Amino acid sequence: MNPVLSVRGLEKRFGAVVAADALTLDLAAGQRVSLIGANGAGKTTFVNMVTGYLKPDSGAIALDGMDLGRRSPRDVAKLGISRSFQIPQLFIELTACENLSVAISGARDQTLSFHAPAQAQGRRDTAIELLGRFGLADVADRPISELAGGVRKLVDIAMALVRRPKLLLLDEPTSGVSAEEKFATMDRVIHAVAPDAATIVFVEHDMDIVGRYADRVVAFYSGRILADGKPNEVLNDPEVRRYVTGGAR
Amino acid sequence: MRRGLHPVVMIGLVIAAALFGRVLPTWTLSLATVAASNALIALGIVVLARTGNVSFGQGLFFAAGGYGVALIANSSGITDAVLQVLIGAICGGLLGLVIGPLIARYTGIFFGMLTLALSMVLYGALLKTSALGGSDGFNVGRPSLFGMVFTDTREADFMLYAVSVVTTGLAGIAATILFRSELGLASLAVRENNLRVEYLGLSANRIVTINFVIAAVFAGASGAFALMAQRHIDPQFAYWTTSGEFVFVAVLAGYQSVAAVFVASMALELVRSFSNLYLPNTWQLVLGVFLLSVILFLPRGIGSLWIRDRHRKNDPPRTAITDGAAP
Repeated sequence: MNPVLSVRGLEKRFGAVVAADALTLDLAAGQRVSLIGANGAGKTTFVNMVTGYLKPDSGAIALDGMDLGRRSPRDVAKLGISRSFQIPQLFIELTACENLSVAISGARDQTLSFHAPAQAQGRRDTAIELLGRFGLADVADRPISELAGGVRKLVDIAMALVRRPKLLLLDEPTSGVSAEEKFATMDRVIHAVAPDAATIVFVEHDMDIVGRYADRVVAFYSGRILADGKPNEVLNDPEVRRYVTGGAR
Repeated sequence: MRRGLHPVVMIGLVIAAALFGRVLPTWTLSLATVAASNALIALGIVVLARTGNVSFGQGLFFAAGGYGVALIANSSGITDAVLQVLIGAICGGLLGLVIGPLIARYTGIFFGMLTLALSMVLYGALLKTSALGGSDGFNVGRPSLFGMVFTDTREADFMLYAVSVVTTGLAGIAATILFRSELGLASLAVRENNLRVEYLGLSANRIVTINFVIAAVFAGASGAFALMAQRHIDPQFAYWTTSGEFVFVAVLAGYQSVAAVFVASMALELVRSFSNLYLPNTWQLVLGVFLLSVILFLPRGIGSLWIRDRHRKNDPPRTAITDGAAP
C-alpha cells in the first residue's frame, strides 16, 4: 500500500546546527505515530518542513505520491495536511466558535464572501458540533482570551480538524496540561480526531502518553532517526533510553 | 452572538439623515458635508485597520479620486455629482488595485510608512507637474445632479450634503455587512495571527489586499466630495497632514463600530469649528486636548461606548487602531 506521507533524504541546517540529517520516513494510512526526542532533536523542524513553514535544504516530501516541493503552508493545508501547535495559535479576541468559523472559511477553498454572515446558522452548527466532540460546546461563545491553556489546546486541534485532513500533525498536544488531566485530554483528542483524520502524527515528551496512544514511535536525535518501530521496541531500545528518554519507563 | 440593525432600517436612517438637512442651518450643511466626506475615508481606514494595518497615506487615493474627477470633469464636462463620486471611487480603487498586492506583504510600521511614502511621492509629483497647476492646482465647475444645476447657495449646499450623507451612509451599510461577513471575520483573524490564517488555507495577503482596495475606493469617493465642496484641487490633497486627519478620525472612532466613524468625524469637525471660532489663536491646542481625552478615557475608541469589549476587564488597555498581534 502506498504511504500517505513519504519523506526521502530530508536535510536542514541552521548554521552549524543539523536539524534534519538525511531523514527518510514512510507513514501508512491510519497509523498513529509519535515523534519523540530531546529538545532540539529536530521533531518540530520535521513538522515545520512537512507543513511548508520551513523549506528543506534538500530531500523530498510527498503526500499520497504528490510532491510537496516548496509549497507554502497554505498550499500544503489545501492538499490535506493540518497541524496544531505547541503554543496554540488562535485568534484570541474572537470566540471559540468564531475561531472555528475562520477555519471553516479556509476549508471551503472558495473566495471569501463579502456578505454571507460569518456566523450563519449552518456554519455555527458545524463549529459547535466540532467543539462538542472535544467537550467544548459550552465555551463556544467565549473569547479565547478567557479560556484556560488546556482548553485553548483543544480549540487549536479542533481548528486543524476542520479540513478533515489526510494527515494531522499535533505538536505536543498535552504540553501545558496538568499531569492529572493529560490522559483525559488525550482521550478527548483521540476520540474527536478518530472519525476524520486517517493518519495522526504527534510530537510528545511524556512517555506514558506515547506508550498508551501511539502504535508506532519514531525517536529523533540530533536531526536523525535513532529508532523507528513499535512503542515497546523503541522505548526499550538502549540508545533511545540513553539519548532520548533518559531511562524513563 | 451580537445582532445589529437590519440593513433596511439602516437605509431608512440614511434617508432620514439626508432629509434632516432640510431643517439644518445653512452653516451646518457644509460642516456636515465635510464630516460625512471625512467619515467615508476614515471608514476605509477602519476597514483596513481590522486586518491590523494602518495606512498613513490615504491622501494618495484621496488625491487620485479628486484629480481624476477634476481632470475628467474639465475635459469631458461631466458635472453630475453622483457620476463624479463614482469616477472618484473608480480612480481610487484602480490605484489601490495596483498598489495593494505590493504593499500587502508588509505589516505594522513598515506598512504604515510605505503608504505615507507613496502619498508623499504623489504629492511631490503633483507639485512639479505644471500641466496640473503645480502647487496652485486648478479649479472645476459647480456640480449638478441628474441634470439639475443649483445656482442658489443653500440648495447647492443641501444637494452636496444629501449626496455625501447618502453615499457615506450606503458605504457604512456595506461596511456593516462586510464586518459581519466571512471576509470581515477573516480580516480580524489576520489582524491577530496571520500565520495561523495561512495554515488554515486562507491567503492573508489577499485578505489585506481586498480591504486595502475597499479603503482606496472609499478614499477616492471622499476625494470627489472634497473637490465638489471646494471646486478646487491642489497637491495638498496628497500631503501627509491631510492623511493624518483621517487617521485621527479613525483613531477616535475605533475599529468596532461603523456608526462610531460618523460620530467621531462629526465631533472632530464641531470641535474644530467652535474652537477655531472662539479661540482663533489656540484652536489646535483645544483639538489636541480633545483627542488626548478620547484616547485616554476611551482607548478603544468612541465605538467602545456601545460595543461590548471582547477583552477581560483586567487586560491591559489597547489603543483603538494600532493594536494588532496576538500576545
